[in-house]
Amino acid sequence: MSAQYVVAIGLECHAQLRTRSKLFCSCSTRFGDEPNANTCPVCLGLPGALPVLNGEAVRLAVLAGLALGCEIRERSVFERKNYFYPDLPKGYQISQYLYPLAVNGKMVIGAAGGTHKEIGIIRAHMEEDAGKLLHPEGDGRYSQVDLNRCGTPLLEIVSAPDLSSPQEAKTYLQSLREILVHVGVCDGVMEEGSLRCDANVSLGTPRDRLCGTRTEIKNLNSFRFLEQALEYEIERQRGVLDRGERVIQETRGYDAERRVTYSQRSKEDAHDYRYFPEPDLRPLLVPPALVARVASALTELPAARRARFVAAFGVSEADAELLTSQRELADYFEEVVRATGDGKQAANWVQSELLRELNNRGLTAGQAPVRAAQTAELLQRISSGAITGPQGREVYAAMWAEGKDAGAVIRARGIERIGDVSTLAGMIAGVIAANPGPVADFRAGKERAFGFLMGQVMQRSKGQADPKVAQQLLRSALGG
Amino acid sequence: MPELHELTAVEARAAIARAELAPAELLAGARARHDLVEPHIRAYRRVDFERAAAAAGRPRAGALAGLCLAIKDNIADVDGPTTCGSKILANYRSPYEAAVVSRVKAAGAVITGKTNLDEFAMGSSTENSAWGPSRNPFSLAHVTGGSSGGSASAVAAGSAQLALGSDTGGSIRQPAACCGVVGLKPTYGRVSRYGLVAFASSLDQIGPLARSVADAALLFGAIAGHDPRDATSARVELADYSAAAARGVRERLDGVRIGLPREYFGAGLDASVGDRVTEAAQHLERLGATVREVSLPMSRHAVAAYYVIATAEASSNLARFDGVRYGHRAGSAGAAAAWPPGSAPTGAPPSSLAELFAGSRGEGFGPEVKRRIILGTFVLSAGYYDAYYGQAQRVRAKIRAELEAVLQTVDLVLGPTMPTTAFRIGEKTADPLSMYLGDIYTTGANLAGIPALSLPGGTDRAGLPIGLQLMGRHFDEATILRVAAALEAHAYPPLTPVFPRAEVVA
Repeated sequence: MSAQYVVAIGLECHAQLRTRSKLFCSCSTRFGDEPNANTCPVCLGLPGALPVLNGEAVRLAVLAGLALGCEIRERSVFERKNYFYPDLPKGYQISQYLYPLAVNGKMVIGAAGGTHKEIGIIRAHMEEDAGKLLHPEGDGRYSQVDLNRCGTPLLEIVSAPDLSSPQEAKTYLQSLREILVHVGVCDGVMEEGSLRCDANVSLGTPRDRLCGTRTEIKNLNSFRFLEQALEYEIERQRGVLDRGERVIQETRGYDAERRVTYSQRSKEDAHDYRYFPEPDLRPLLVPPALVARVASALTELPAARRARFVAAFGVSEADAELLTSQRELADYFEEVVRATGDGKQAANWVQSELLRELNNRGLTAGQAPVRAAQTAELLQRISSGAITGPQGREVYAAMWAEGKDAGAVIRARGIERIGDVSTLAGMIAGVIAANPGPVADFRAGKERAFGFLMGQVMQRSKGQADPKVAQQLLRSALGG
Repeated sequence: MPELHELTAVEARAAIARAELAPAELLAGARARHDLVEPHIRAYRRVDFERAAAAAGRPRAGALAGLCLAIKDNIADVDGPTTCGSKILANYRSPYEAAVVSRVKAAGAVITGKTNLDEFAMGSSTENSAWGPSRNPFSLAHVTGGSSGGSASAVAAGSAQLALGSDTGGSIRQPAACCGVVGLKPTYGRVSRYGLVAFASSLDQIGPLARSVADAALLFGAIAGHDPRDATSARVELADYSAAAARGVRERLDGVRIGLPREYFGAGLDASVGDRVTEAAQHLERLGATVREVSLPMSRHAVAAYYVIATAEASSNLARFDGVRYGHRAGSAGAAAAWPPGSAPTGAPPSSLAELFAGSRGEGFGPEVKRRIILGTFVLSAGYYDAYYGQAQRVRAKIRAELEAVLQTVDLVLGPTMPTTAFRIGEKTADPLSMYLGDIYTTGANLAGIPALSLPGGTDRAGLPIGLQLMGRHFDEATILRVAAALEAHAYPPLTPVFPRAEVVA
């Protein structure tokens, strides 16, 4: 019989800060370059080279800290984390330890049943990335080292063990990614290692959910792997406890193919990192004025924006979700709706017409050649009845293809609606004269014949006749 | 007219400026002197007179135009290996040059080569160099002091007019004292450390060694100043240091207050050295300064705190020498080809990563470096950190506060640089602790970050130089240079070794 356990999960996530240059030197952080192309004496750890802190990385870290509701410490300290590994050229990693930049934050995530849950952020600190080992296939005698990533700025974000299921952990990671991408501190490309995740998990009792021994699963670098690895590990720990054994505190890896976690290193083998303050860098001082300046640039977070779109513009939850999935798209939508005042129309248009054009061209909303103001102008012409919806779509395609405003396209194609009574009356007289049979049918009470005659009017006007005006004129001309 | 190699840098500079002397002639003098003395003193790790001749043939304008300058071999240059006196870097060539090297080149200096040192600057005698000790020009049986012993020896013997050294716990001042030259450890942050192979980053500072105070001031002025590549480099206004030295020669010292720490005159201090310090204080009084006794009770803890902090930082700084990217790798002949005669790697080729690390470091580092790495690793390790490293940092803060407080009541602190004159080669190698205790007067300035200078105060009865130390306030090197210049002008003229000569009988 399986006992009742309560799961406690905490995540340690490493987000790559979106700087052009590395944390302590001016080498590029570009992904995918030739191995070791982006290196210099500093990030190679050559004798005598010294680190100099990248100010932009600090600004982004402060921004991320604020977005995660953290308090930004005026004084934080870089320390050395000492260990030997071939991808670590100095023999130590410069990180923050006792005095991290940001502490005591929180994040709200969606939980089961449409509720919300607050997850504590214990700390967020800056550190440099290590390099990468490459193991040539079929030759176990040597490995290669690529130090391009070495010195890339990272923000390590440590959550409280407030997550209670693999699903929640996944939601947390998704929300974290969304926030970091939204405020522009991280590109969130998990396939390139821009956001990486380690998970700590333990099973406790309902009375004390943190009483269990935890294991740490390393390198869960996709939402799916995170969820799968946690599901496996929770079952594994449950099995261990049900057998009356004890969970061993250890570091585990995840084998995505076999879908199992496996032991990598026990507590006894744990490194003594011998942290001490980095003497090559002075303590990092972030004055309140800088925090205030960064805070003023902090934009609304996705969750808040989503709620506002629903409340202020009357769009559905689902539409709001999609519109806020990308910050540029949300900005575009908001600019359109502020000009037109019609949230539903703007939401529909942006999600169908705009996204189609963007996808066809591989562009983001921020790169759209047809600006939000131009889109809004077209939508206003549709809602005023100046052109029909189908015409609007055609005009929009032409705007994208030809780079013109709606007015210019409409003029060029002569598709402005004809609402002028005398022009329409002439067309209607022609239709009546040319269709004596259907006219007689209508007068004999066959309502269906009216539809046919109306179609003839539209055809004769090449679709430009204002249907409402044309209908009225046709009825009176038929004596109905 | 003195011999060319006896000219001070300031004299040579003036002669060059008057076109009475060509840089090539000056260099030829240094080279001739080098050829005579080097087999005896072994000051250099690498000489490069051909390249120097080319540089001297294309004289550059600047504060150091045409002057012959030697560089300690833990400061990176691109003209040859930077070995740090270690087998592990025997074949290491830096792809970039240190900030100070760029500065002295830009100032027109002619670089004669790289000088010998204790391995990674760890030592007080240069006996820890993998290539063996340099020798004291005043007595070949005696040590040069260390770790910048090669620089001090070359300047004293005249194979360079000027030299750069580095000082972590006394490594400029001690060899200056032993070899009878002037050595200045600047304020921490005054000279860029970019390109100085780190021993203890919070203590290391590059500075000048020279035959006169004015020469030291000249070189110091050329290398001092902020460098954006060193985050610990200070943005503090510089003074005209040559003018400060000239003022010391010209003017009396009225109003200058000198402190003599009571604790510096205790057990362990040679009477010959102590008497000379007292005598120097009397000279200063005659020149118009006021001298008073001060107290530095924390100074007795300086050596202990220093050896905890310095070794802790060293254990981390030297972790990069792992055989992976450069330097000696176990099982590979690359660096070992440049090892000193008679030494060769002993271990088997590594069969694992751990063996590669352990083998490369085990074969590449010498015993003193290993001793300090082990000690430094220990004091930072879990469970011991607070008792050792943490405690040492607290002591350091107190030492600094105490020195700063005393330097509010006096302008300078005068004392001995070392408790004794140079000891004999081999005399202390079996007893590291007694070697460490030689640092008793010098480590305080490094822990406090304040500037300090060693000035030759004549010789003892055996003819070995005695070092006088002046310590000043943060960034006030000018007052130190002024008072040192006054002592030099009025009491203790620059020393010249009678060389070669028979071994001094102590």
